[in-house]
Amino acid sequence: MNKSNLPRLQLHIPEPPTRPGEDVSFAHVNRGEAGAVRRPDIAVPESEVRDMPYELIRVLDDDHHAVGPWDPKLAPETLIKGLRAMVLTRVFDDRLFRAHRQGKTSFYMKSTGEEAIAAAQSMALDKGDMFFPTYRAAAWLHAREYPLVTLCNQIFSNAEDPLAGKQLPILMSARDYDFYSISGNLGVRFVHAVGWAMASAYKNDTKISLAYVGDGTTAEGDFHEAMTFAAAYRAPTILCVTNNQYAISSFAGFAAPERLPFAAKALAYGFPGIKVDGNDFLAVWGATQWAAERARTNNGPTLIEFYTYRAEGHSTSDDPSAYRPKDEASHWPLGDPVDRLRDHLIALGAWDMERHEALVAELKEKVKVAVKEAEAIGTLGQSKPPIEEMFEDVFAEKDWRLKEQMRELKARRARETGEGEGA
Amino acid sequence: MSGEEAAPETRKMNMIQALNSALDTAMGRDPDVLVFGEDVGYFGGVFRVTEGLQKKHGLTRCFDAPLTEGGIIGAAIGMGAYGLRPVPEIQFADYILPAYDQLVSEAARLRYRSNGEFWAPLTVRTPYGGGIFGGQTHSQSPEAIFAHVTGLKTVIPSNPYDAKGLLIASIEDDDPVLFLEPKRLYNGPFYGRPDEELKTWANSGLPAAEVPTAHYSVPLGRASLVREGSEVTVLAYGTMVHVALAGIADSGVDAELLDLRSIVPLDIDAITASVRKTGRCIILHEASRFGGFGGELSALVQERCFDYLRAPIERVAGYDMPYPHAFEWDYFPGPIRLADALKSTVSYK
Repeated sequence: MNKSNLPRLQLHIPEPPTRPGEDVSFAHVNRGEAGAVRRPDIAVPESEVRDMPYELIRVLDDDHHAVGPWDPKLAPETLIKGLRAMVLTRVFDDRLFRAHRQGKTSFYMKSTGEEAIAAAQSMALDKGDMFFPTYRAAAWLHAREYPLVTLCNQIFSNAEDPLAGKQLPILMSARDYDFYSISGNLGVRFVHAVGWAMASAYKNDTKISLAYVGDGTTAEGDFHEAMTFAAAYRAPTILCVTNNQYAISSFAGFAAPERLPFAAKALAYGFPGIKVDGNDFLAVWGATQWAAERARTNNGPTLIEFYTYRAEGHSTSDDPSAYRPKDEASHWPLGDPVDRLRDHLIALGAWDMERHEALVAELKEKVKVAVKEAEAIGTLGQSKPPIEEMFEDVFAEKDWRLKEQMRELKARRARETGEGEGA
Repeated sequence: MSGEEAAPETRKMNMIQALNSALDTAMGRDPDVLVFGEDVGYFGGVFRVTEGLQKKHGLTRCFDAPLTEGGIIGAAIGMGAYGLRPVPEIQFADYILPAYDQLVSEAARLRYRSNGEFWAPLTVRTPYGGGIFGGQTHSQSPEAIFAHVTGLKTVIPSNPYDAKGLLIASIEDDDPVLFLEPKRLYNGPFYGRPDEELKTWANSGLPAAEVPTAHYSVPLGRASLVREGSEVTVLAYGTMVHVALAGIADSGVDAELLDLRSIVPLDIDAITASVRKTGRCIILHEASRFGGFGGELSALVQERCFDYLRAPIERVAGYDMPYPHAFEWDYFPGPIRLADALKSTVSYK
């Protein structure tokens, strides 16, 4: 067959709307209107909510008022507590990022711009529900008042590191705070959350699980494995895509076509998917509450896309000005989550700029004191947990290899320091 | 007989029945033990190992899973972190690779990286090994790629008695365990002679086919001395234990045979004691040789028994290629190859 008349094939490589040096464009972002999206009954059949992934659930409007059916109607004290957690996350991030630049830790990752999501969810869910976080979810811990010094000790990998020097900075684990162990490989724990929720249902428990992946990680098989399992067994879990527009330098268009919301991936699995303004503390809370009620009443899983923006670099090893316009963050059409909750509280008459500045100053001081205290124990390389820790928790009990290797290392240490072989 | 303890009730079982009895026993004793995997529920598994468990213990305790090995192991890790003791099945070890990331990056490291806050005591059962004309996707022996992963235990039974006792020990163990079931031994011992009339476990006359019906366990990390001998030590596990017995008989060499039973944890003391006694060592495994677990065994023996060795350590293993369907018995390290190695090792000058 002669194919000479056919057009030649062309490979499509997705490209973001703008690159460094160009004018920022968020023309593709459809903000919709605050309060406009309906809030279905928690037992709604999936067939009736298939339009929802395409609409953005918002509560806070441009005049800083809470509007519409997703408003969780929280008391001002609760909102102030949420604001405090978010501000703490931000000032902690800024201080510890600087600590990295000063050589006090090997690595750091900020949550800037995304604080509302984990802060609201940490407060909205119950003690005992399990959170399977990513590395941009420290606001969960701050909302539950995780001791700052302990967190600094982990980041400095010092003698008091709660993870005993075994894991990278900020890849935390905090079982007492319902915060599952993070690792650097992405997506793998999404399905753990489903298995955990299945176990809770198996035991006729009342606890549910919550899990994050980023927009980029929805391309991993693990995402689809988790969705398949969650759907098949109607697992009591809330699966979230924190769509911050970037996977390191790659824009979200590599994980899904630009016009397709990540929430729509739920359509293929037959359970509700909703898209929520992730920079709106109240919308995050309201949506989480809805999904949690569904999970707790055996109505199964929910996929929530939190539409947000990574306002800073991926990590201490990243400079975003190399791949996106420098001022892109300030143009994000859904604003800054801290500013928006602050302005809402001011609009309520429950807050003012003076109190806000006092809060920021108080938390900066609190972080400074905690960092100093952790520095006194030691920063990276100055102080570390006892060497025996290195051999613990590989297995429940050390086997002969670990015992021999520990003896060998300790004997060498003893020779080097000239102190006898020790125990 | 009054005053004496009655001998435990035993029954002749093949390895499938013994594994089924282990699961039944573990599920009966501990409500946190549950079983799931592809086709394991109502149908009872493609090799029938989970037969009847759903009917007896209920739908939520033995059920089917979507065809996603990564999902199966990932969900089991989450269940383990919650506090259950899941026993997922991967239908063939050849299909475990999509779950490799979950096993390596998560199951094996969760306890370490969380400093003991979280762990997942799952036991992954999976049939492995060849000898059934299964071609390259139903025949592989992937133990070495798991043994290399610290934090994971790898257990391989060679008979019905050990299969039940080791599986119960694995389920009760607080670490993640990969439990490799030599599928060629499910129905009877196999001596590596495909033309020979097949024996069932029931008519094998082997004491290991007598399996207690009640709970018992065989500890992980203890090798079993299958045959005492003076001239050379043969290290084997799984199907190769029986092949080794045949090869030793053919060779006329007075070889000592250790069935390792688990390669992690490894019974280094039994290995060292035996090789120091015999002064020679041959390692037999079905997996291909290069980078196989025999390399690790060889290195350990060399490190610990160098002054006692009277001949080079030899490895008898599968050839370095994908499992070749039509050439199964050319690939398979059968008794003739072992007998040759035994004779050349004992005559080494």
